Amino acid sequence: MNKYRVFRTKGGRFSALFDQRALTVALSLTAVLAGLFILSASLGEMFINPFEVIKVLLGQGSDTSGLVVNKFRMPRMLVALLTGVALAVSGAILQGMIRNPLASPDIIGITGGAAVAVVAFLSAFSDENNALTVSIQWMTLAAFAGAMVVGIAVYLLAYKNGVSPMRLILIGIGISALMQALTTMFMIVGPIFRAAQANIWLTGSVQGSGWDDVHILAPIVVVLTIFAILIARRVNAQELGDELAAGIGAHLQWDRLLFLGLCTALTGVAVAFAGGVGFVGLMAPHMARRLVGSSYGGLIPVAALVGAILVLGADLIGRTMFSPQEVPAGVFTATIGAPYFIYLLFKSKRA
Amino acid sequence: MLLKSTSMKGWGLLVGSVLLFLSFAASIVLGYTDVNLMDVYQAFFNFQQTNDHIIIRDVRLPRAIIAVCVGSSLAMSGVLMQALTRNPLASPGIFGINAGASMFVVIAVSFAAGLSMQSLTWVSFVGAAVAAIIVYAIGAAGREGLTPVRLTLAGAAIAALFSSLTQGFLVMNEKALDEVLFWLAGSVQGRSLDYLLPVLPYFIFAWIGSLLIARHINLLMMGEEVATGLGQKTAWIKAAAGLLIIALAGGAVAVAGPIGFIGIVVPHFARSLVGHDHRWVVPYSALLGAILLLFADISARYIIMPEEVPVGVMTAIIGTPFFVYIARKGLKGS
Repeated sequence: MNKYRVFRTKGGRFSALFDQRALTVALSLTAVLAGLFILSASLGEMFINPFEVIKVLLGQGSDTSGLVVNKFRMPRMLVALLTGVALAVSGAILQGMIRNPLASPDIIGITGGAAVAVVAFLSAFSDENNALTVSIQWMTLAAFAGAMVVGIAVYLLAYKNGVSPMRLILIGIGISALMQALTTMFMIVGPIFRAAQANIWLTGSVQGSGWDDVHILAPIVVVLTIFAILIARRVNAQELGDELAAGIGAHLQWDRLLFLGLCTALTGVAVAFAGGVGFVGLMAPHMARRLVGSSYGGLIPVAALVGAILVLGADLIGRTMFSPQEVPAGVFTATIGAPYFIYLLFKSKRA
Repeated sequence: MLLKSTSMKGWGLLVGSVLLFLSFAASIVLGYTDVNLMDVYQAFFNFQQTNDHIIIRDVRLPRAIIAVCVGSSLAMSGVLMQALTRNPLASPGIFGINAGASMFVVIAVSFAAGLSMQSLTWVSFVGAAVAAIIVYAIGAAGREGLTPVRLTLAGAAIAALFSSLTQGFLVMNEKALDEVLFWLAGSVQGRSLDYLLPVLPYFIFAWIGSLLIARHINLLMMGEEVATGLGQKTAWIKAAAGLLIIALAGGAVAVAGPIGFIGIVVPHFARSLVGHDHRWVVPYSALLGAILLLFADISARYIIMPEEVPVGVMTAIIGTPFFVYIARKGLKGS
């Protein structure tokens, strides 16, 4: 039994079984993430020595570097990281529940709902000079509301004596196509400036995130992710297929509602703060699967780490490579993610 | 399935053709400039240099022909794609075709200003083919050859990569965004037959090919082992299907830009009518795809008259309610 490692509390009241490989992978990914985090804090228009960054993080260091790291870089890095986690966890759960490798928050229309809400918001509340007439904060709320409305609509439309995964995904595809169409229409009808602004949102960017955003985003994502890890067993059950899952005592319909609610909430907050960052929800779970196998206990945390690394890395490249011009992080999630994914696809013996 | 017996399927095909003809006629007659069927007849057999006649011959007719060709090609490529990946969610987009075409067009517009629309046709055709070949190569490289899952994943990854690069170019270059936004939404408006003619040979070859390959696709759908056991050279059939998809979807995107929805949902419509025999699914999809695109194109003229909505937007708006209805009623086996 050296494949698993058992942890028990003293009285034996709580115990957990950890997959050795998943644990190793998760620890090394955490190390990568930490390294990337420090690197990301030190690079930028003003270079700060990584040791200085560590000092700042420990509460020491000079005032200037403290200001740059804490005030400017930290919030957007945290938003990037949390967005990655949220999208990856959401994608992992959806793929397990729907049992289809193409499932992702984009494909069932959740992201699309947020996108329509954002472009509609931009065209409704811009004046002739293309200045917003209300605070940009409301756009976040609009995006979240759009995601929630579509999530609920897809569930209700797919409901007929319960929800079958296939019906859910097909209706999701239909709705997401409709959302895409509406987004395009709003962009074409509006003036070019608004289209360009909407396009940045659609690509996904964490530029201009502040501590306020982190304060809202962090608790939601952390709580939901821990919750997702705790119910990972139930996703495993769903992956077995309806009959078997019901046979081993899973509450199929309740679990589905729970999972969809979880995915919608996670995707909703992620896109509300970072826009339609693509690729992560679809690919981070696949990468994780190729690293640790498809048992959801290990898969969800590893997917979360992969997602965090992807978005954090993408944002780092986006703001440093073409400096002083900012490229949205969403451009680079796929640019750095896809080659690695294809490498994994080549390496693995079984697809 | 709705149509059970072979004779009913045959009659259905006939009814579908009549519907196609009617929508074709409607597409010529309806629009900003009102003409009637008499004018249409006159325009061909008694041509005068009047405005109406010129509009019919140079604008409406080419547009309707292009809509028919593009709609049916997209639908057929969707059928093949869903068969090849054995995934009902697959569409030609998953092969990276739209993403590749879009990226090449955006790059061409960004770096070589003032390209004619015709040369963009070729640029996008090449882009579509390049993307599809990369996807196919990645999917097929490996010990066990091309498996549906590998193809699907490789396609999704490449499509994501290309479309994010496209987004990047567009974000960096707002002027290009202005020029290509309409192209990116897909449209059959303002395209003369000159756009269609270069790709028409590929289309015709691919339409015939798709009808011929349908029998073999049925076999392939039973699974790799069964098909091989029955003597099919599965690698050849898959490669042929791949080529047909490139010709159909690549040609369609070259002529009309990326038009979504048809490739993914029309095969489901067709299956709900005739079941799973691809010898019927392919022609039915072709008919339904053409009709849907004609209808979408007609309604695209009326929404914000006198301006037009891109037809790609309309296909989704018209098709979604039907699609949701079919999905709720239950899709056989998909």
